[in-house]
Amino acid sequence: MPVIKDVVCTFCGCLCDDLEVTVEDNKITKVGKACKLGRAKTMGMFLHERIEKPMIRKNGKNSELEECSYDEAITKAAEILVAAKRPMSYGWCSTSCEAIEKAVVLAEVTGSLFDSTANVCHGPSALATQEKGAPSCSLGTAKNYADLIIFWGCNPVHAHPRHQTRYSTMAKGAFTPNGKKDKKMVVVDPRNTDTAKKADLLIQLTPGTDYVLIEALRAIVNGHADVLPDEIAGLPKAKVMELADMCKASKFGIIYFGMGITQTRGRYKSGDNVSSLLSDLTQTNKFVMIGMRGHYNVTGFGQVAAWETGFPMAIDFSRGSAYYNPGETGTNDVLMRKEVDAFITGAADPGAHFPQESVKHLYKIPAIQVDGYANPTTEFSDVVIPAAIAGVECDGTAYRMDGQPIRMKKLIETTFKTDEEILTEIIAKVHELKENGGA
Amino acid sequence: MAEIVIKNGVVYDPKNGVDGEKNEICIKDGKIVNNVGVGAKVIDAEGCLVLPGGVDGHTHCAGKINTARIMSPHDMRYSPIPGLSGPEPGTKLLRPQVGYNTPNTHAIGYRYSKLGYTTIAEAAITPMMARHMHEEFESIPILDKLALVLLGSNWQVMQYIQDGDSEMLKSYMAWALLASRGYGVKVVNPGGGSSWTWGKNVTGIDDKVIDFDVTPADILIGLAEANEALNLPHSIHVHCNNLGVPGNIPTTLDTMKLLEKVKASQDRQVMHLTHMQFHSYTGTSWMDFASGSDQIADYVNKHDHLTFDMGQMIFGPAMTMTADGPTEYRNARMFGAKWSNYDQELEDAGGIVPLSYTPQHFAHATMWSIGLELALLVKDPWKVMFTTDNPNGGAFVNYPEGQVLLMSDKKRQEVIAGFPDMTMDRISLPNIDRELDWGEMTVMTRSMPAKMLGLEEKGHLGAGADADVAIYDLKPDKVDVSVQHEAVKKALSFAKYTIKGGEVVVQDGDITALPKGKVYWVNAYENGIVQAEKDRLITDLEERFKKYYSMQFSNYMVEDAYVPRPVEIRPEVA
Repeated sequence: MPVIKDVVCTFCGCLCDDLEVTVEDNKITKVGKACKLGRAKTMGMFLHERIEKPMIRKNGKNSELEECSYDEAITKAAEILVAAKRPMSYGWCSTSCEAIEKAVVLAEVTGSLFDSTANVCHGPSALATQEKGAPSCSLGTAKNYADLIIFWGCNPVHAHPRHQTRYSTMAKGAFTPNGKKDKKMVVVDPRNTDTAKKADLLIQLTPGTDYVLIEALRAIVNGHADVLPDEIAGLPKAKVMELADMCKASKFGIIYFGMGITQTRGRYKSGDNVSSLLSDLTQTNKFVMIGMRGHYNVTGFGQVAAWETGFPMAIDFSRGSAYYNPGETGTNDVLMRKEVDAFITGAADPGAHFPQESVKHLYKIPAIQVDGYANPTTEFSDVVIPAAIAGVECDGTAYRMDGQPIRMKKLIETTFKTDEEILTEIIAKVHELKENGGA
Repeated sequence: MAEIVIKNGVVYDPKNGVDGEKNEICIKDGKIVNNVGVGAKVIDAEGCLVLPGGVDGHTHCAGKINTARIMSPHDMRYSPIPGLSGPEPGTKLLRPQVGYNTPNTHAIGYRYSKLGYTTIAEAAITPMMARHMHEEFESIPILDKLALVLLGSNWQVMQYIQDGDSEMLKSYMAWALLASRGYGVKVVNPGGGSSWTWGKNVTGIDDKVIDFDVTPADILIGLAEANEALNLPHSIHVHCNNLGVPGNIPTTLDTMKLLEKVKASQDRQVMHLTHMQFHSYTGTSWMDFASGSDQIADYVNKHDHLTFDMGQMIFGPAMTMTADGPTEYRNARMFGAKWSNYDQELEDAGGIVPLSYTPQHFAHATMWSIGLELALLVKDPWKVMFTTDNPNGGAFVNYPEGQVLLMSDKKRQEVIAGFPDMTMDRISLPNIDRELDWGEMTVMTRSMPAKMLGLEEKGHLGAGADADVAIYDLKPDKVDVSVQHEAVKKALSFAKYTIKGGEVVVQDGDITALPKGKVYWVNAYENGIVQAEKDRLITDLEERFKKYYSMQFSNYMVEDAYVPRPVEIRPEVA
């Protein structure tokens, strides 16, 4: 049976690249080495219902989606974008960098707002980087060196299941040959999560007090423990001292952080303070951090957007040049202000993940969806364009959570167009319409 | 492709002994030729300066710069040089542009072309991150590119040197260039990148590297000898230990002396030392820090085994990015600046910190002077490349500023007049009145970088060269650069014509076409390494990937898809 080795998993930001996929008669029958999430993603088209045909609503939001040709759907999409005064392009995080590059071009030629899923995820991490930088390393460096692993506001047992065996807690590296025995593991989380159950130390802080805890750690590390109160972030001071001592005792520490830092009170200021803490700790030992990115190529979106436009997210092309002001130009900022009058999304599901107010506005404006599967976003989309699944039905580039690019493989043949092809055709149609004086 | 003949230009082509002569330049099929047909398109240069396209042999333009972009939204809006910086909307032809020190990829291509530059060398990429660099290369229009691959703190390199296994070292070097589709070997703070993963550093070329029984000197000699054994077109390209540290002169001189014993495999240096300005400091602290350019220049004038580039500082904001991780941490702590760091498994370190240089501070004023002193005190321009270590010393769009400074003592004295008194006993620049002529300037910006890199088709206008030509709106025989330096700077900033591969890409300072550039890389592996040695290397690498790397061996090498227009160079096997 033909087994494809070293397949790149396209579920989460771990981008495990050692999967073994069995293909029989152009069907994936077995996925080896993957976690539950990765297996479900890789075999997805045989488990879930695909969007089989391009579809259009011909009579407004309340009418049914009707099947049509790719050409019709692509033409309709281009017409919507060209007619709009304030179009928005959002998502593009579970697809290839090659597709994202085309999404940038489409946003430029239509004067769109352009943003990624980081808007409701790790966007504040980028803002923290702009404030204080990002002291980081590759996942392999962490595997080889880290003797202290802190999971802060993240739960890899469920969200990044192979992270601990491949890169962190259990991984064996050059200076951690015995894996877990050579490492200490800390979890900072208000909940006693399944990840926390395995920790050497659980710091169960009061929700929303992350900034306070980081600040207290900085005070201790910099020799000012005496100014701290007896209770910090809902914890006894002694507990915080214990964590600080573990940090000081380690040779190479790493903080893996998730939504518990980026989407709680303090937001980017917490991330900014984490950077400062790492800089303080590096005076005596080495400390770095890596954001636990969710969508497998959301890191790639930030990279492609940065080199193509100068900015990683929340970009506004309405002036012709790239303008960036998160808080003003982020997807939900603009949707909440009800500014947007047309919407295109791909490889993401705003319908399921956006605040209600934003979704309500999306119901009122023409919306285009490019995706392999139906999801809540399909419910309000006026044009639905089915796409091949990147990393399964077409190849391309994705960036791991640590910024490492890896080439995804094509495993099976498909008749669906790729995101890159669909976007390229929409761009051509937009040019055509503009030359003919608009839709 | 259309034939072109450039008439009535004043041509400087030092490699071919042409020094300001009214020669015709003929172009056919993207190459310089001796004759073209009568139907050739005529470009009347009207007595203007005609040079080979500029070659930037050391610039940070793809890879690490992207993290710098993410750190720098402020830079995207900054526009001190209208037409070469800041936000500009897209046009029918052009993509939108932003930035100054860290412009987007499209702006990098447009702006180098406007300056008359046509080839750039990314100065520092690890093999593992090369895929990212090639993605950015592909997005930079017009220019030809090549990459210098970081091997100076690489575990394989240090292990094979420690084992005294020169064959494995050679095989790995060739394989690393193949795996990254790289062109030459870069060494940054040898050994220090590995020590920095523990937050430590090395302090000189004889210091021991943590975890390996090697010294920076062992690494330098090992890599230089392997480089010459493989007969690579470029020599090793070295960023010395102790960058930016007052009193680093002995380390720099030790490094230069160390390489005297290595024999070059071909007619070029055995080592290129980069951004020399940052390595030419006397003193013991920032208080007694002063220029040591005389010591460096004296050594370089007496020896022929090395070349260097200036690393000229430009006043104003800069973005420092280097594989020298400990230096960036020190910068960040010293200035309270934001700090990004990246320790790449088994391969090297890296850091990014924004800085700003001001003529009001004696230390910055001294550093500015040192870069110019170095270029002016070294007699032979074929030993010096003009750089700002873009964007570490300053953004590349300031090259005309730096070049005019070398050509005008008057302009230099005007700047020096504004320096604080504390600067004056630290520098020798006020007493140096040498002004480079057009021939010398052409060497430092074109011919020398091409020769130093071993790019035979670049940096000259002889038959067979790539048809990369810059024409500037200034008449060398009518303009006195020393006095009219502002006008000259403007002319150098916006070429009258830039021709890339036989196509006019800039006319009157505006981009007119967007061809895609080539990527040069060196394949010394296929023919250069015997099968038994290949097998031995791959067996060892497979084991190392299993144990230490975080990705599969089979997924590591840059795929052909990332280098769609390669120029593969296969060195002759010794």
